Amino acid sequence: MEETDITPFRKTLTGLQRFPGFLFNSWMLVSAVLVLLFIFGPLAQTVFAPEKEIFLETLKDKDVLRSIGLSLFASGTAAIITLIFGTPLAYILARHRFHGKKLVESIIDLPIMIPHPVVGIALLTISGHNHPFGKFLLSLNISLMGTSIGIIAVMVFVGLPFFVNTVKAGIEGIPERLEKVSRSLGAGRGATFFRVLLPLSWRYLLVGMIMCMARALSEFGAIIIIAYHPMVAPVLMYERFTAYGLKYSQPVAVLLILVSLLFFLFLRIISQPKRISE
Amino acid sequence: MISIDKLQIKFPSFSLGPVSLEVDSHSFFALMGPTGSGKTLLLESIAGLLRSDGGSISIDGQDITKAPPEQRNVGLVYQDNSLFPHLTCYENIIYGQRYNNIEETEGKRYALELMEMLSIDHLQVRKPSRLSGGEKQRVALARALACRPKVLLLDEPLSSLDPQFREGLRKNLKQLHKSSGATFFMVTHDFVDALTLADNAAVIHKGHIEQSGRTLDIFHRPSTTFIADFVGMKNIFEASYEKGLCTFKGITIPAPTSVGNMQKGHIALRPEDIHIGSKGEFSSGEKRLSGSVTGLIRDGFTWIVTFSCCDAVFSARLEHHLALNGTIQEGTEISFGFRHDLVHHILDVPDRRD
Repeated sequence: MEETDITPFRKTLTGLQRFPGFLFNSWMLVSAVLVLLFIFGPLAQTVFAPEKEIFLETLKDKDVLRSIGLSLFASGTAAIITLIFGTPLAYILARHRFHGKKLVESIIDLPIMIPHPVVGIALLTISGHNHPFGKFLLSLNISLMGTSIGIIAVMVFVGLPFFVNTVKAGIEGIPERLEKVSRSLGAGRGATFFRVLLPLSWRYLLVGMIMCMARALSEFGAIIIIAYHPMVAPVLMYERFTAYGLKYSQPVAVLLILVSLLFFLFLRIISQPKRISE
Repeated sequence: MISIDKLQIKFPSFSLGPVSLEVDSHSFFALMGPTGSGKTLLLESIAGLLRSDGGSISIDGQDITKAPPEQRNVGLVYQDNSLFPHLTCYENIIYGQRYNNIEETEGKRYALELMEMLSIDHLQVRKPSRLSGGEKQRVALARALACRPKVLLLDEPLSSLDPQFREGLRKNLKQLHKSSGATFFMVTHDFVDALTLADNAAVIHKGHIEQSGRTLDIFHRPSTTFIADFVGMKNIFEASYEKGLCTFKGITIPAPTSVGNMQKGHIALRPEDIHIGSKGEFSSGEKRLSGSVTGLIRDGFTWIVTFSCCDAVFSARLEHHLALNGTIQEGTEISFGFRHDLVHHILDVPDRRD
C-alpha cells in the first residue's frame, strides 16, 4: 500500500529536479539576449539616426573635432598619469598585508561610488584661493577652474580606481615566488620590478590604462562643474542638445560612440589572456 | 658555516623557534619535517625573504640577519621551481650573474657547463612552459648555481617529480654539490632523500628542532617517538625498565646498559628488523615470540604483515615468497623474532605531539 503512495511522489520530485534545469537554461539565454539588446539597441538606433548631411557637416565642424581631440588628449594624459602614480599603489595593495588595507581599498573605490558633481565640487574646494593647496597651485600659476589641467585632474580622479583595481588583480595573479627568486639571485627591488614584474604585467597595465581612459572619456558631471570651457565632447554634446535639440546632438554622440567602441575592441583584443603567468 | 642562533618568527597562527642550528661549510644538510612544521619558513628566513622576530643568522661568521636577500649570496630553488616564464631557459640561468660580479664570458661558459652537466644543454632557447617537471627543476638548479652562491637552499627539490626522474635528479644534486663547493641546505619531508643525499640533518616539528646530527644517527637513534615514527619505525611501544630488563606490552627483553637508571620510556623497532620464520632459523641473540596474523598489506613490491602478540600489534616487512605462496594469511600463527641490539630505546622526554 505504502509503495504505491511513494512512487508518484518520487515522480513529482524527479519532475521538479528537471524543471529548474530547463528554467535555468531559459533564464541564462533570455537574459543574455535582453542585456545585449538593452545596450546595443539604443546605441545602434543613435548611430543610424543622424541625417547624412548633418553628419557630414558635423565631421567638418571644427568645434566638434576640437572637443573630441581635447577629450582624447585629456583622457590619454590622465591615463599616463595614473600609470605613473597608480602602479606603485596597485603593487603595494597586491603584495602586502597591512592594517587598514580594507580602508585604503575603499578610499580608492570612492570615485566610483560618489555622484559625479561631488568630484568636481571636491576638486574645486581644495584648489580655491582659500585652501592652502589652492594657494600652492596658484603660486605655480596652476588653476583648475576652466582649464585643460582641471579637466585632466577630474579624469585622473574618476579613472584611478579602474586602473588600480585592474593592475592589482593582474599582479595578484603573478606568483610572488618569482620575485623572491629574483631577489635571491641578487637583483634588488627595482631590478626585480623591471625585469620580472613589468614584463609579466604590462598587459594588465595597458588594460588598466584603457579602462581609465575609457572612463575619463565618458565623464561629464564632474567636468561640467570644473570646466564648461574648453569643451570636451560630452559637454559639447550636452550644449548642442540644449541649444539645437536632438537632431544636432546625435552626430556628436555617434562620433563618441564609435571612438568608445574602437577603444573597447582594442581592449578586448590585447587583453586576450596568453596565459602569461604560466 | 651557517649558524642560526635562537631564531624566532611569529605569525598569528604559527610560531617558529627559537631555533638554533649549525651547518658546516660545503656540507649537504637536510632539514626534515612533516608538512606545516615550519621548514619553508626557516628556509625563507635564511634567504632573507622573511623578517625574523628575534635571534640571528650568520654565514661564515658574517651576521646577515638584517641583510636584504640580494646581498646574502644565498641561492634558492623552490619545489615548484619558479622559473621566469617570459625568459628562455638560458636567459633564466644567466639572470642573476650580472648582480654577482660574474664577468659575461665567464658567466656564459659556466652556464653552459652547468647545462651540460645537467643534460639540459639542448633546451637553451626553450621557454619554461614547454619543459617537463624534471627539466624545469634542473633549469632552476642551474639558475641558482650560475650565480656561484655560498649556500644553496633547496625547498623539497624532488617531491614534485615523477618517481622515475627522482633518481636522476638525486645523482645530479650529489654531483653539483661536489663540483660547486657550495653548502647545500635541503628541506624535505622524505626521509629517503635525506638519507641518500645528506651527511647531516635535523628534524623540525611544530616549529622546533627535535633532533640534529648525522643523518644515519637520526635514522638509527631517533630521540623522540615522533622522530621514530617519522623515520619509519612502525613499532613504537611504551616500555618500563627495571633491574637490567625492559618490559613492553608484556614482553621482556634485556635492557642495554646505555639506558642507565631510566624507568620509563619507549622502544622502537623497524618493520624490516623483525624476522619471520620457522623456529630453527632464529639465532641465540634474538628474542623469539609467536603471534597471530591480523592483516597483510601490499607496500610497493613487498608486503607488510601485522600480527598480534601479547598486548601488542607488530608490523613487519615480509619476504615476497611468504606472501605469494599463501603460507601467511589472516589468522596464521607465526613465529617471529628480532635482535635485541636492533631495539631502539627512547628516553622519556615530553613529546610535542598533541
